[in-house]
Amino acid sequence: MIETIGLRKSFRARKATVDAVRGVDLSVAKGEIFGFLGPNGAGKTTTLRMLATLIQPDGGEATIAGADLRRNPGQVRRRIGYVAQGGSTWDAVTAREELVLQARMYGIAKADARQRAARAIESFELAEFADRKCQTYSGGQRRRVDVALGIIHAPGVIFLDEPTTGLDPQSRAHMWDEVRRLRSEGMTVFITTHYLDEADALCDRVAIMDHGEIVAEGTPNDLKREVSGDVVTVGVPGAAEQAAKLLDNQPYVRQLEPSGDGVRLVVDAGATAMPQILRTLDGAGVRLDSIELHRPSLDDVFLTKTGRSLRES
Amino acid sequence: MKLARDTWLIFQRQMMLVLRNPVWVIVGIIQPLYYLFLFGPLLKGALRLPSAEAYRIFVPGILVQLAIFGTFFVGFALISELRAGVIERSRVTPVSRLALLLGRSLRDVVSLVVQAAIITVLSIPFGLAVGLGDALLAFAVLGLIALMLSAASYAIALKLRSEDALAPLLNTVGVPILLLSGVLLPMRYAPHWLADVAKWNPFSWAVDGSRALFAGNPGDSSVWKSLLILGVLTVLSVFWAARSFAKSVR
Repeated sequence: MIETIGLRKSFRARKATVDAVRGVDLSVAKGEIFGFLGPNGAGKTTTLRMLATLIQPDGGEATIAGADLRRNPGQVRRRIGYVAQGGSTWDAVTAREELVLQARMYGIAKADARQRAARAIESFELAEFADRKCQTYSGGQRRRVDVALGIIHAPGVIFLDEPTTGLDPQSRAHMWDEVRRLRSEGMTVFITTHYLDEADALCDRVAIMDHGEIVAEGTPNDLKREVSGDVVTVGVPGAAEQAAKLLDNQPYVRQLEPSGDGVRLVVDAGATAMPQILRTLDGAGVRLDSIELHRPSLDDVFLTKTGRSLRES
Repeated sequence: MKLARDTWLIFQRQMMLVLRNPVWVIVGIIQPLYYLFLFGPLLKGALRLPSAEAYRIFVPGILVQLAIFGTFFVGFALISELRAGVIERSRVTPVSRLALLLGRSLRDVVSLVVQAAIITVLSIPFGLAVGLGDALLAFAVLGLIALMLSAASYAIALKLRSEDALAPLLNTVGVPILLLSGVLLPMRYAPHWLADVAKWNPFSWAVDGSRALFAGNPGDSSVWKSLLILGVLTVLSVFWAARSFAKSVR
């Protein structure tokens, strides 16, 4: 649904050239929620704005929903929806008026536009406030209207730029539900976020971006496994050394270090390693106090790939 | 066809916003009325002219002033729209870029012509007498000014993207344009050097043309000259602004 090869963009700011995006290769399948994860300034928004025809790439190729981005941006516009980070509604009009106008800007006839607006109001649960002026809306309500505006013409692909930034936890959960609903209706969703948990919980596949480049790509689970496996902490009071000796030469253990009253192990897959650890220790008569499995987070992935924590950057 | 449809769409939305909050249209009418009531009698006395003749000079002047200052500052509204994300939302749709500009500029032209018509009618009790055809032609001159300056204002606003930069720039350009067009007093009272400078000001021609029309001389050369000069400048201004709208902006 989205294919890019070597997409590039630089900006000139105060005589210095900033390479915002330095060659992005992407392949997003139909019906996927694809997440773009990275710190602020990584080039996520710039990439998204290029794909949404808002800025011209300096180099590279992209095909979106079957239309060529450089040669046929008009066709791309008809087939995609785009929801900007900063909102898109005008305070003095109502959500219904905005929805009708948006549909009309896509060339949809007036009667059809009204029907689409009514359907969007229903499916996004906007009825309660859709005929009030936008200036009265809460942050979460505004965001839902923004997304409804983005999909009013039933595009094949929707680009959402940080749709949950600044929302309270409840509105965030609501937005996740909306995004999943769009996927279930067959839409391809391309979303940017700097929230790890959001990428993890919502996205089928994730690309991690840093300094204008993609540093890792895959399903959240693959990424986490690929980078560091699972972490198992074993608590064996008074027998830490013995346990370390027993486990160090096991084939499923990738890495081992002492940790307080026990050992911390990095293993390929926690689910299969844990019974083996238990058997090994039990067979040698080591009394086990506790055993814990930690899945590595996307932050661990980011840390491994960039040497920085996403939370710090 | 698509351009006409899209322009109409944007125009309708913009007009709806004006009607919903017509405060700026009303302010636009009240200001020239101040001039009419509080400055007109002074002018009449100073120039020792009969009432009808004084208002024939004075009313076209304040109408051009309204056209210049009423439309040159419309860029402020566009900056608010840019900030709200409304423009970006329009730009991802296939809507005509030229329509995004023309729909807004047409709103400015229509509001201006309505304001001008109201002021003209309100001047009649003061002794103003003007033929309908002449008045309509004068409104065409005003409409061209409005279209040219609103397009220019939008183009400048798209470049600057900040009210803080826009206000001083528009004032710096707008005030000399206004003073050098003889809106308050005809340039024939000016010293030669000032009158010579004013000849290079297209709005000075617009004022002369409107005055000729209000005096009932549609055949005066200043009429066709003003229409021609303003027409050419309007085309250039709209072309420039349309390019700014179409171009990718950050």
